[in-house]
Amino acid sequence: MSSANSITLDWEGSPVPCVEGDTVLDALLRAGIPVPHSSCLVQARSGPVPAAAQQGLKESLRAQNYLLACLCRPEQDLSLAPPGQGVRITALLTERDWLSDTVLRVRLAPDESLGHRPGQYLTLFRPDGLGRSYSIAGPELELHVRRIPGGAMSNWLAEAQPGQAVTLQGPAGDCFYTPGDPTQPLLLAGAGTGLAPLYGILHDALGQGHQGPIWLYHGALNERGLYLTDELQALAAQHRNFEYRPALLDRDGPLPEVISRDHPKLTGWRGFVCGDPTIVNLLRKRLFLGGMASRAISADAFLPATLK
Amino acid sequence: MHIKTMPTLYEVDIFYRKVLLDDRINGFFEGVDMDRQIAKQKSFLTMVFGGPVSYSGQDMRRAHAHLVARGLNDTHFDAVVENLGASLAELGVAAEVISEVAALAETTRADVLGK
Ligand SMILES: Cc1cc2nc3c(=O)[nH]c(=O)nc-3n(C[C@H](O)[C@H](O)[C@H](O)COP(=O)(O)OP(=O)(O)OC[C@H]3O[C@@H](n4cnc5c(N)ncnc54)[C@H](O)[C@@H]3O)c2cc1C
Ligand code: HEM
Repeated sequence: MSSANSITLDWEGSPVPCVEGDTVLDALLRAGIPVPHSSCLVQARSGPVPAAAQQGLKESLRAQNYLLACLCRPEQDLSLAPPGQGVRITALLTERDWLSDTVLRVRLAPDESLGHRPGQYLTLFRPDGLGRSYSIAGPELELHVRRIPGGAMSNWLAEAQPGQAVTLQGPAGDCFYTPGDPTQPLLLAGAGTGLAPLYGILHDALGQGHQGPIWLYHGALNERGLYLTDELQALAAQHRNFEYRPALLDRDGPLPEVISRDHPKLTGWRGFVCGDPTIVNLLRKRLFLGGMASRAISADAFLPATLK
Repeated sequence: MHIKTMPTLYEVDIFYRKVLLDDRINGFFEGVDMDRQIAKQKSFLTMVFGGPVSYSGQDMRRAHAHLVARGLNDTHFDAVVENLGASLAELGVAAEVISEVAALAETTRADVLGK
């Protein structure tokens, strides 16, 4: 119900009254709802988000309808949720093929849309409840899973049959393309299955007509660690602004150094780095020291779910 | 004196980049997560700009005690103040303001070095 001076917020399905002039935070606190984040960040599910409520937020957060409850004075009904929960849906595994000796491509058909951006990640749950996070390599739910010796989920997925049902939660993460400045140079760097989100971001950027140069670095120990090379070479031949650079440790040296040699100065660039935590930290530091602004670097570290 | 009180992310970047490139002191910052470090550099700058952060002398002692144990001394302190001055100069801050900032940083020396 909304009349001239009463607005109804929806907080995860429960109605919360809001008087005109109130901030969302006022209304939530009055309803006894603890706002789950010290920065008062919440996510709008539907309803127009007042621009003033997104002041100072990163572009990737704005694009996901995040807003600051303490700044938001809604003028219309608004449906809200705590940040980063995503939705939980079921999906069927439809296809499974090997992209290399150790990297499996898994395609999933969800019951309903996850509403993700390519490059974000989801958490996949087996029927017994075991869950692991995987990056999304495209507009459809396509995952690149490295088979890890003794790994519970990766080996299960390697044996799973098409038609297998799984549960998905997400999306999460801020590694995705935002078309803010179509001429800004982009640097995408990762090792191993760190390529998965980068592959998604690359397709998204090209699909949205990004005009600035896009450099994709894929690091691997040796030739056998690379995958999707034919597809990436074909894309590079097709798009003049896209450069594909496989970097092999045994031939080219460490990935951060390969990047520094090609691009001693990265001032004004936007960067995406993904993969194992060690390489992600080294890469971010290298991009930053090259002159990239800290807030222009998005990173997803593939932290293992269990420790050795 | 008039110093603005909250550093922008751009200013934090300039200062943190200089610190990480300075071989005299970057060893102390090795292996620290970048997001966390950038948040702390922001606290550092807010503090030396005379802005609203409430670190007591005790807090400063505690935050740097493990570094003192690893050999943090006056030369490292001087290097940080030097990088601070160079960053502000690069940002076009007037010389007299830079010396006020340096003087404010100086007041923390004994606590930072655990003296
Ligand atoms: C945000 C995020 C995104 C991710 N995206 C991807 C992705 O796109 N593709 C992908 O393949 N993985 C991705 N991961 C990693 C993934 O979630 C799992 O950790 C991985 O698949 C291993 O799970 P498992 O159940 O097979 O192994 P587990 O049973 O969890 O582990 C078995 C053993 O292997 C060790 N181990 C775990 N990971 C590694 C590793 N990388 N290298 C060496 N040893 C390891 C563990 O410590 C343990 O001892 C991502 C992780 C995060 C947090
Ligand atoms: C000029 C005076 C200095 C001031 C005012 C200062 C201020 C601070 C502040 C506010 C923090 C954050 C504390 C916290 O939130 O936990 C901090 C952390 C830190 N400082 Fe300083 N600092 C000074 C000098 C130095 C010097 C000389 C070094 C080393 C060369 C140094 C290295 C560090 C490191 C590595 C941390 C992070 C500790 C950790 O998280 O492990 N600081 N400092």
